[in-house]
Amino acid sequence: MELADLKAHELAALVASRQVSAVEVLEATLARIEAVDGSPGKLEPDADALSQTDKVHAFITPTVERARAQAEAVDKKIAAGEIPGPLTGVPFTVKDIFTVKGTPSTAASKILSNFVAPYSATPVARMEDAGGVMLGKVNLDEFTYGSSNESSAFQPHPRNPWNPSRVTGGSSGGSAAAVAAGEGALSLGTDTAGSVRQPAAFCGVVGLKPTYGRVSRYGLIAFGSSLDCPGPVARDVRDVAMMLNVIAGRDERDHTAVTVPVPDYTAGLEEGVKGLRIGLSPDFFKISFFDHQTGEIEEQPLPDEIKAAVERAADLLSDIGARIVENIPMPHTKYGIPTYFVISRVESASNLHRYDGVKYGYRSDGKVVDLNQMYRRSRGEGFGKQPKLRILMGMYVSAAQYSEQYYQRALKVRSLIRSDFERAYDPQGDHRLDALLTPTTPTPAFPIGDVYGDSVLMQYADQLTVTANHAGIPGISLPGGLDSEGLPLGIQLLGSDFSEATLLRIGRAYEMATENDPWRQQKPQVLANL
Amino acid sequence: MTEKITREVFDHMVALAALELSEDDAVYLLKELNSQLQAIEELAAIPLDESVELAAHGVPYTPEISSAVREDIPTPFANPEEIVAGAPETKDGFFVVPDIPTEDLT
Repeated sequence: MELADLKAHELAALVASRQVSAVEVLEATLARIEAVDGSPGKLEPDADALSQTDKVHAFITPTVERARAQAEAVDKKIAAGEIPGPLTGVPFTVKDIFTVKGTPSTAASKILSNFVAPYSATPVARMEDAGGVMLGKVNLDEFTYGSSNESSAFQPHPRNPWNPSRVTGGSSGGSAAAVAAGEGALSLGTDTAGSVRQPAAFCGVVGLKPTYGRVSRYGLIAFGSSLDCPGPVARDVRDVAMMLNVIAGRDERDHTAVTVPVPDYTAGLEEGVKGLRIGLSPDFFKISFFDHQTGEIEEQPLPDEIKAAVERAADLLSDIGARIVENIPMPHTKYGIPTYFVISRVESASNLHRYDGVKYGYRSDGKVVDLNQMYRRSRGEGFGKQPKLRILMGMYVSAAQYSEQYYQRALKVRSLIRSDFERAYDPQGDHRLDALLTPTTPTPAFPIGDVYGDSVLMQYADQLTVTANHAGIPGISLPGGLDSEGLPLGIQLLGSDFSEATLLRIGRAYEMATENDPWRQQKPQVLANL
Repeated sequence: MTEKITREVFDHMVALAALELSEDDAVYLLKELNSQLQAIEELAAIPLDESVELAAHGVPYTPEISSAVREDIPTPFANPEEIVAGAPETKDGFFVVPDIPTEDLT
């Protein structure tokens, strides 16, 4: 197997034991990027870049020289008898919504296209301190506002490595695509409604949304401040656990990062699932979506292949000792998206007011008569359609005369969504679950162009993931097989607050139970001809 | 479908949001806003009794898991020039902006 395809824990062990150098790992990974990625995203892409429809296009800014310096520094330390940390020599990418000192940190928006960050986000700094080698910044939906990456101001947007005519999902699409294609073993993403888990499911990799507050948001360009969670994307559960060990924990620069002690998430990974109670809920086996014609919410069962993947996972976990508990009521799941339409828009409107063309970022170069016109023009030219939509929606639903009807109401529904989970996990309650097992997404990766532009339908792609963000609880998406078209299917585990160790343990048990499945041997299409 | 957000309300919000829009963008955004609002209307049907509290966030921040408030000790940024360098226009360490509209109150 090529170095670029090894897991992070395998690479760290090889580098630390001097069997390969960090520089060799880096060069192998850069060769892979060269082979599969094509042109990075740009504000004004040329025709050649846009014609590369068989490439992944995960990157906005590769930082090759910075990575070489880091890899050399790691090798130097090892030569001096020092192991930098658990990510020694592991190449990783960072969703371009995090600041990394000295690199363009764009949020995939024109309005931050010229912003070079003067400091690094806490989780990035922790990964670098642990010996990780940062390869560069990867693409996303503009300001994370989307579920397909098509809304990035930096084109070409990423394409799904399993089938480049399909979307990667989003908003951490560059992260999931890069990890799937061997362009770095790990990626740091963010999840506000499913933005780590949904692209992980679409690209056949593992993605974890930690409990809110488990990982510091310092240096994360804010979207929905009460919902945003930085999270790991990796090729297996052990790598996710290893990365979470590094990035989790209190941070004096983010007061919402909690003081709950960080366990060693890799320690109990293979202890199995004997005695664990894993729930299935009928409310996660149907999708509802808004029908423009009728103005009604329509309900449909999930596609059979997605249902079958989850049912098989339940059977396998049952075979190895888990107790499967069916018919868990989660009646407020269907309100996740309407609630999110309100809360996330209010928070993003608030967060986007800071972009004014004065202190940093884009300023219109047109002639203006005064400061107000400069604001309007810079924001008008700098923001794409999705940020504009969120600003306006957020203003509307939080306006004094509508706040009671929309925003206050949504915050109450959020309580109800949280109470569904509290009842399911209550150790003295009827169900006493350790985790809920669900599909990650209502569909596999959809074709590029199919949904983009319809901001309502696009949002409904997150309906099975978004309730975890409202409730603050952790969730993980695991590869759960391939559908008849060869596209990855994701299964999701949702747990109670700070139960990441349990989710990872169940995830690892599922991985071990399926390790000889034929689909585990399949490779993404973009790797087929290498 | 009834347009709940009228063009007039929309234009008012656009002004408050300090956004200059092309007509194409305005048409698209207004359509999507009304479409999103229709999806949001579903919330109106949910029975909510007095006991349901507002949740500003999901995980409860108890004193046991929250950081203590730290001392308010200023720590200067190591290299403020780097911050100022990101601004579109500066002079002598100050941000430069176009004329600030003023009103003569005399």
